[in-house]
Amino acid sequence: MFIQQIINGISIGAVYALIAVGYSLVYSVLSFSNFAQGEILMIGAYIGFFTLTLLRMPFSIAITVATIGTGIVAILLEKIGYRPLRLRLSPLLYFMITAMGLSIFLQNFAIVTIGPNFRTYPDVIATKPFSIGEVYIGRLDLLIFVITIISLTILTWFIYRTKEGTAIRAASYNMRVASLMGINPDRIVSIVFFLAGATAGVGGMLFGIKYTVYPWMGILTIKAFIAAVVGGLGSLPGAVIGAFLLGITETFVAGYVSSALRDLFSFALMILIIIIRPGGLMGVITQEKA
Amino acid sequence: MSTYFQGIIILAGINLIAVLGLSLLTGFTGSFCFGQAGFLAVGAYVSTLMTMKLNMPFLISLSTGMMATGLISILLGYPTLKLKGDYFAIATLGFSEAIRLVIENLDKVTGGARGIPGIPTRTTLPLVILMAIIATVCIRFYVVSRHGRNCIAVREDETAAQSIGINTFRYKQISFFINGMLAGLAGGLLAHYVGFIQPSMFSIIKSTELIVMVIFGGMHSVTGATLAAVVLTALPEVLRTAAAWRLVAYGAVVVFIMVVRPEGLLGSWELSWTSLRVLWLSSSSRLRLLRKR
Repeated sequence: MFIQQIINGISIGAVYALIAVGYSLVYSVLSFSNFAQGEILMIGAYIGFFTLTLLRMPFSIAITVATIGTGIVAILLEKIGYRPLRLRLSPLLYFMITAMGLSIFLQNFAIVTIGPNFRTYPDVIATKPFSIGEVYIGRLDLLIFVITIISLTILTWFIYRTKEGTAIRAASYNMRVASLMGINPDRIVSIVFFLAGATAGVGGMLFGIKYTVYPWMGILTIKAFIAAVVGGLGSLPGAVIGAFLLGITETFVAGYVSSALRDLFSFALMILIIIIRPGGLMGVITQEKA
Repeated sequence: MSTYFQGIIILAGINLIAVLGLSLLTGFTGSFCFGQAGFLAVGAYVSTLMTMKLNMPFLISLSTGMMATGLISILLGYPTLKLKGDYFAIATLGFSEAIRLVIENLDKVTGGARGIPGIPTRTTLPLVILMAIIATVCIRFYVVSRHGRNCIAVREDETAAQSIGINTFRYKQISFFINGMLAGLAGGLLAHYVGFIQPSMFSIIKSTELIVMVIFGGMHSVTGATLAAVVLTALPEVLRTAAAWRLVAYGAVVVFIMVVRPEGLLGSWELSWTSLRVLWLSSSSRLRLLRKR
């Protein structure tokens, strides 16, 4: 029972990690929370769903399409919503409001056009779990975990081993100085949004396979945010650790206390972290200077 | 006056009260609150329970609802207002979801997801108008007072405000408290007007509606918020056929306003004798110019 709960927790934590990483990535460069990240995840889940069902593509192609498609959607959203604000050097409040506007728009647009019903993915993998002694590991959980690890590895490789990744890291320290060094801020922001969108796309599809797809699944952003705050906003390893921690905490609360109180617990966890360690587990507390 | 028309005015007044608090908090103090529905819910449930379970007179249950909501906003603001805006926005959003969960799970007291039917309808048109006017006037004079100017300073640049000796945390807390009180009042009035409350009435959609009103009218203008609250409450009634698209349009409008005209409809224009005179003089001089041509 105990190990079973941990496995379930890791499985949901993996999905949280994929959203939280994109969230933290955008935060580290533009220092605002992209509330629309959850809706980007929803778009990814729907792209994956329709490539699987309408186009009858195999799973590997569907997940590639979802990844790239969601990344492109994220770039477009940035160009429409955030770029004008960036050029005008608007206060951060305006970014947050725009993000909220985008999130409302996308969510309700999906409700009106695609319909408010829950949709179930076709089976992409045999549902029969395999067992190690007493513990059952669902093939799906294993698949989710493996895909998450692969995506996060690619992301880490990109950020730490490529020229663009170095530019992103430079921009996260100081965008203005980075642009003086010949880094094109527009391009960096586009790449960041593509990466954030792509990971959200993978996460959305995995979430859809494990549970269902529905237009307001973007509410998962709250979970990603909690994970990112617990780990330290703006820190990628922090986001991953926070996500797994949150996933495991949630399954334990749902399993041993009450499933209705699950969200209350994760919210309390965030408030607790904010009070005890405002920078999160891995974050650094930066003092604002004039 | 038909009851239907009266109903729209009452709802507009209730929305206005909730929007005024939000305008002070988000528009003037710069703390983005995305969980106004949670505060409405607290006000609505506390005042309803006072009326139904303890048989309190209406005004006492209303003020208890206000007090309870104000207290909760102080408690919630203490850990969250010290931090950056993002934390605050998500904390309020999380709070409003958490409140909904608590209400749904406290079956015995709140009736769970089914809600509480049969609340005595005590909210009348004159009462709502009176409350709305009092709230509008108070907020209108608060934002031009010394304290209001301090709030604006906090919004514009928190570090700079701190450096000239403004206790930024205190002013954010005051704004949050006033916002909570007004939301609690609006919630109580709403419960005693509709006569029925359930948790799903206080979802994110409600928070969205209210924050859109603030942004639409002009974040730095009480007049704008007032206008937006009235117009955006009445508009969906006129456009009943396109109800499904309402929230789609809200989202698009918010993005459009932020991209094209972030100051909203009225910007920072306020209704006052001076501003009216300026408007009158400029239009009459324009007329004179036209006649000369």
